[in-house]
Amino acid sequence: MQFESLSDFIAMGGYGFYVWLSYGSCAGIILGLLFSSLYENKKLKQEVKSQMAREERIKKAKELEAQV
Amino acid sequence: MWKWLHPYAKAERAYQLCNTLLPYFAVVSVLCIVVGWVWGLAYAPADYQQKDSYRIIFIHVPSAILSMGAYSSMAIAAIIALVWQLRNAELAVIAIAPVGAAMTAIALITGSAWGKPMWGAWWVWDARLTSELILLFLYLGVLSLFHAFEDKKAGGKAACILAIVGVVNLPIIHFSVEWWNTLHQGATITKFDTSAIDPTMLWPLLINILGFAALVGALSLIRLKNEIVQVEKHRPWVRQLVSRG
Repeated sequence: MQFESLSDFIAMGGYGFYVWLSYGSCAGIILGLLFSSLYENKKLKQEVKSQMAREERIKKAKELEAQV
Repeated sequence: MWKWLHPYAKAERAYQLCNTLLPYFAVVSVLCIVVGWVWGLAYAPADYQQKDSYRIIFIHVPSAILSMGAYSSMAIAAIIALVWQLRNAELAVIAIAPVGAAMTAIALITGSAWGKPMWGAWWVWDARLTSELILLFLYLGVLSLFHAFEDKKAGGKAACILAIVGVVNLPIIHFSVEWWNTLHQGATITKFDTSAIDPTMLWPLLINILGFAALVGALSLIRLKNEIVQVEKHRPWVRQLVSRG
């Protein structure tokens, strides 16, 4: 361990702002990309599901119409 | 080889391959990045000249290397897409581009946060910085070109051509510190004869580079899966996949 205390660690020998700005923005960009990709995946699957449900409804309505 | 590769031209097989590979990439990237960051931030010794500000190196160098590495793989996928007309390769180009753009943005942001305390300026129009900025624009250009066309086929082709042409920028970035007078320091670890960095700093750096490489792989795989589902969403196998949960 290179630092005596937690406040020492955060201060980074006076360069705290620049170091944490770098690590923070790096983590932010990576997590942002990760979550937007995962969200996109969820949305796509939802889209396919609702399309399937829609086709099911159309099929049922057609069957009903044929019976009448 | 063709016989072995051919099944992966099918979207479903490619999707399965992504699923198989993804856990390995994810585990390696999380492990390496956690270890690399803790080691780099807390345990690596301070630099004798730059003190603790040099700790930015542990994300700046990996993201810069991977911004070029991702571009090379994107360009290779683009060549495959154009020559063999494989749609999966084209989707890979579009999947890698945002990940590469993120790496380039990280390299630029961490670079300026490092430049401010060391050079006294957030940004200088120096060869290395400018060519890296052009790399970011190339990524964004590939992405917007792909989405700019009504006809997806034309858009894919245009994006692939731009990706291939943009490769000329890679050697410019790499050699910019030798060809021009620059504020940016020269290569540290790619000089194979004598590495200019102490092992206590080199190890966490190498671990971070490996972690970032795995991260680029994992994110690209997640995005490639999305792209495959997007173009195949009316196919039965996607429907089976979705209804299975």
